[in-house]
Amino acid sequence: MNGPPLDTPPQASDLNLCLCHSCGLACDMTDEPDACPRCDAALHRRKPDPITRTWAYMLAALVFYIPANLLPVMNTQMLGNGADSTIISGVIEFWQSGAWDIALIIFIASIAVPGIKFVVLTLLLVTVQRRSTWAQVQRAKLYRLVEVIGYWSMLDVLVVALVAALVKFQALSDIEPRPGILFFGLVVVFTMLSAMSFDPRLIWDTQPCEETLDEVASH
Amino acid sequence: MADTDRLIICEHCDAVYEPMALVAHQKASCVRCHAVIQRYNGLSIEQRLALSVTAAVLWAFANVYPLMNIRLQGLRNSATLWDSVLALSQGSITFIALVTAVAIIIAPALQLLLLLWVLGHAYGNRRAPGFALCMRSLEALRPWSMLEVCLLGALVAVIKLAGLLDVLPGIGLFALAALSLLMIRIAGRDIRDLWDSL
Repeated sequence: MNGPPLDTPPQASDLNLCLCHSCGLACDMTDEPDACPRCDAALHRRKPDPITRTWAYMLAALVFYIPANLLPVMNTQMLGNGADSTIISGVIEFWQSGAWDIALIIFIASIAVPGIKFVVLTLLLVTVQRRSTWAQVQRAKLYRLVEVIGYWSMLDVLVVALVAALVKFQALSDIEPRPGILFFGLVVVFTMLSAMSFDPRLIWDTQPCEETLDEVASH
Repeated sequence: MADTDRLIICEHCDAVYEPMALVAHQKASCVRCHAVIQRYNGLSIEQRLALSVTAAVLWAFANVYPLMNIRLQGLRNSATLWDSVLALSQGSITFIALVTAVAIIIAPALQLLLLLWVLGHAYGNRRAPGFALCMRSLEALRPWSMLEVCLLGALVAVIKLAGLLDVLPGIGLFALAALSLLMIRIAGRDIRDLWDSL
């Protein structure tokens, strides 16, 4: 193999180096160490089982996404009249009362963000499995987007928690959480685990070189 | 080969770079995948330690004082961060109370304790006992600390309730606002610089 063109930087595998994910040290892999010599974190050229784990966590999240949206997340009692509300009914309520900005924030955090995560992770997994060279830079950016927006979906869980903690006037008015919020929280946790298990370096592993294949398969 | 220690590897595509000296507001990006690989960080250890002490005080304020007070026909109620966790801990959904407690109370508290421990020793120019474990824990805790989400959640809750009853933001909410901004500054990944400077 000839050296890479001048404008492309060398790869860690070319120099027999491996990045430590915990402290960022470029570790020399000549002696095949199992742990980073500096911080003792486990070293992997690629994250262990990235594709299987990402799929597994994402499918689990997708299953929880159904009850999260169908079951009520909150019950509001006002002077004896009780009403369950789901996430989407909360958004509609804000929208109809004129608070379109809050409706938009909740819609983005609770419905759009998990939706985007499912679509993006599926796209990344499928293209990586096909070793596609299509739009690599853009796909790398998509992965970073998913990482950044990851935890903002916890918004609704925290809103329900606060509102339920505040409004406790027994017969007069009372707000209680409902099981939907549990499933919603699980969606957030599992999509976060899914994004963390994915290895963005796979986007660039398009050449089926023996070494990387073995590396991915053996972990 | 002994020199590989100072090389930078892009965590998003494995490209290898020589480190560069950056000035204020500069950052270096990977030419292949465009991820940020180096960011200028203007904080000295003294400043980090001072900000961490401030954050610890704010954490105490945010947890002791109520985030919000409400009034409805002469009745009053208030809620702290811990009250919100308890509100979720009923019956079958207790697990989500645990996740919430980690996200808004426990993870930030552990981050601050570890920062104070590590930086307190770094101030005396030495590595704290258990330095490697502390630094690895800081890395592991970071994604699960969600104070800024909690701040936005509190603001949404204020607006949600404002139509039904009187809502007054409490001291805890202001402390939470300041704390979540500080945490972004001090609990970020640039704490890794300590590996090189100690």
